[in-house]
Amino acid sequence: MTGQSVDEYGSGNQVDIEGRQGTQGDMPGEKPVNITAQFRQAGVETVWDRSELQTPRCGFGELGVCCRNCNMGPCRIDPFGEGAQRGVCGATAEIIVARNFGRMIAAGAAAHSDHGRDVAHALMQAARHPESGYAVKDAGKLRKVAKTLGVAFENRTTADVAADVAQAALAIFGQQEGEIPLVRLAPETRQAQWRRLNIVPRGIDREVVEMMHRTTMGVDHDHRNIMLQGSRVALSDGWGGSMIATELQDILFGTPSPVRGRVNLGVLSRDEVNVVVHGHEPALSEMLVVAARDGELLALAKEKGAKGINLVGICCTANEILLRHGLPIAGNVLQQELAVITGAVEAMVVDVQCIMPSLPELCKCFHTRLMTTSSKGRIEGAFHHEFSEENAYQTAREIVQDAVMNFPNRGAVDIPGESMDLVAGFSHEAITYMLGGTFRGSYHPLNDNIISGRIRGVAGVVGCCNPKVPHDRSHVDLVKELIANDVLVVQTGCSAIACAKAGLMVPESAERYAGKGLAEVCRTVGMPPVLHSGSCVDNSRILIALSEMVKAGGLGNDISDLPVAGAAPEWMSEKAVAIGQYFVASGVFTVFGVGLPVMGSELFLRHLCVEHESMLGGKWAVEPDAHRMAGLMIDHINKKRKALGIDQGRERVLFDMEMRRELAAKEPAA
Amino acid sequence: MKRVICRMDRCLGCRACELACAVEHSESRTLVTAVREAVKPRARIRVEAVDGGLHRTLALQCRQCEEPVCAQACISGGIRRDERTGDVLMDPGRCVACWSCIMVCPFGAIMRHEGLHRAVKCDHCPGRDIPACVEACPTGALVFVEFTAVTPHGLTEQRPHSQAERSDRIV
Repeated sequence: MTGQSVDEYGSGNQVDIEGRQGTQGDMPGEKPVNITAQFRQAGVETVWDRSELQTPRCGFGELGVCCRNCNMGPCRIDPFGEGAQRGVCGATAEIIVARNFGRMIAAGAAAHSDHGRDVAHALMQAARHPESGYAVKDAGKLRKVAKTLGVAFENRTTADVAADVAQAALAIFGQQEGEIPLVRLAPETRQAQWRRLNIVPRGIDREVVEMMHRTTMGVDHDHRNIMLQGSRVALSDGWGGSMIATELQDILFGTPSPVRGRVNLGVLSRDEVNVVVHGHEPALSEMLVVAARDGELLALAKEKGAKGINLVGICCTANEILLRHGLPIAGNVLQQELAVITGAVEAMVVDVQCIMPSLPELCKCFHTRLMTTSSKGRIEGAFHHEFSEENAYQTAREIVQDAVMNFPNRGAVDIPGESMDLVAGFSHEAITYMLGGTFRGSYHPLNDNIISGRIRGVAGVVGCCNPKVPHDRSHVDLVKELIANDVLVVQTGCSAIACAKAGLMVPESAERYAGKGLAEVCRTVGMPPVLHSGSCVDNSRILIALSEMVKAGGLGNDISDLPVAGAAPEWMSEKAVAIGQYFVASGVFTVFGVGLPVMGSELFLRHLCVEHESMLGGKWAVEPDAHRMAGLMIDHINKKRKALGIDQGRERVLFDMEMRRELAAKEPAA
Repeated sequence: MKRVICRMDRCLGCRACELACAVEHSESRTLVTAVREAVKPRARIRVEAVDGGLHRTLALQCRQCEEPVCAQACISGGIRRDERTGDVLMDPGRCVACWSCIMVCPFGAIMRHEGLHRAVKCDHCPGRDIPACVEACPTGALVFVEFTAVTPHGLTEQRPHSQAERSDRIV
């Protein structure tokens, strides 16, 4: 029994943490453990130390069979069948696991969507209060989004259209009935399937609230029914909150196009004021970009002995400012503490999501000023500069000024030398343009290359980093294996940063790592085999790209027909679970590493990894080993190619005039 | 001669020891695959509620008695005491599942393994320096100490093996 189910779901093996600890230092591009080893002696603590102190982890939690949703408990199901098989209320393992999983999706969707709400608010500021510092940067995209949302734009001022678009977007969050408008961007067949299952989101906030209701004590006790709502919440994120965030950010701050950048801790500057911006919402970081170029502040920096102001990013904020301004990335989520440990950071400015509460204690060991900016995310021991869309530029200026004033307090500095070039900014629009210029831009060339077999398929490799596994390694190993097998890889979030550090995001990496067919395409287009598409809300770009691939034709009628797959090899955030579910519900085969907290119920695991495919076309798999993960994805892509009848590679025949005439002669007269 | 001792003031009743024990005695020795094995592994340690159990719990396993009554009761002679380590050992090949040992054990520390159809008990995890349950205990309630350290008044020597040792390694 074990052998069979292992193949069905991936091995489901937990990574042997003990066995791999010694190899943490052996990672691509950088060696955080070497850095921490040095500082451990000084009593400085990092995420890896705390992770070790948390071992062994609670097995009930790892399996997802612990329920704390009411006070008759807490309850646990004995996974070995000896002890309790039901909670106090009678909930079985399936019910408990499903409720917990549903709540993770709801939390993830809430995070992305609340981010989207803030962006909509910023767009409203741009339209109605230009003195806030925000402005519409991409009027073309504004018109496009206006059209999708049903806002009139002919013969109207940009400000009026922007205000109406912001208003329409804000209304989606509170929408109670009908369907959210952005699902119309999905292929028709996909929408029809969602309607059949009755999982088209009716609003954004409503779906999150309903999931919390259904999973409280005594409501929804059918794990399949809970997961229908799970899909609906997730879709309200991917095709709702996240998509609003991405689209409106593009309107406000510009649609990304390919841009050069540098990545890794080596981007911190020895002789400039280093301002690290960390978190997720570009509403703040965009203003910091402007403030860091303020003449007065630059002069102040010179006065304090610095050569300039160096603004760098961590985590998804980093991706946002890289894609739009080419500003350097200091690292991904697990490097936030390491950046402080260099001693070179004057200010770490944070907003929301993935910010570790360990930072104030760590900053005490250095001169770094930790500044929180969101009323939603305060940390005791940090300096709070409340940021709102109304006073955006003023706050940003104060923050940078604080950082500059802190420069003389700098002590010993130890910046690791490693940094790496990358090319990023492959938004859906940029890819369209690359594939045919302004007039003939479309996804046809991509589809043609997939049909001809030069490109085997497309994989989205996304998600976080997790101290339970060697830093970055699964991301890099997986992506290398995929591109070697001619799978074009699209990335977002911290996964993208991991592969950028490993040097996979420069065009030259095609020659070095990609298979023959993919390398040929990359050479022709001049792109890397691994495309950086943005932050974690920008996974919505991948949804749009997949829909465009379907619309371009030749690869089936639905996203689930496409030879594509997704993965989050080192996930940790609840947001990743929401993303995973919206990809699965959109028809994509999605593999997660580092285990999924659902293993305590065979029935529920089967629902995710088998039954989902017949309902939604997409399904989950759990596989911590990067090599086997690549195998699952490539097998799936091959399966889809076979179903499309394109598994035998065919060279394109170029017809000359003679052949065309012959063809015309053969055709019966119409 | 070492014994696993439970310090009741530290036991939270989380049952991490039970899971760790079952995993240690499984085929795959990995939690997520162990729960899906055809013959489900069984823990040889049990968390018991004491005094009505609201806040006092105790993890109990074989006490490795000096004069084991289970060995006397075993009809096939499959239980013996290792004089060197003091561990009471079971020979799985000899167990005929008569359950005599279970009836006589004063601690209720021997279990029926339905899947294997034989009696099982704590074996101090052969091959490990520290038994899996002790290593898994998040509060350091379970300790693996010399028998001489145990007195009617508690432990003379308290050496938790989980948290403190790991902290030593890190700081």
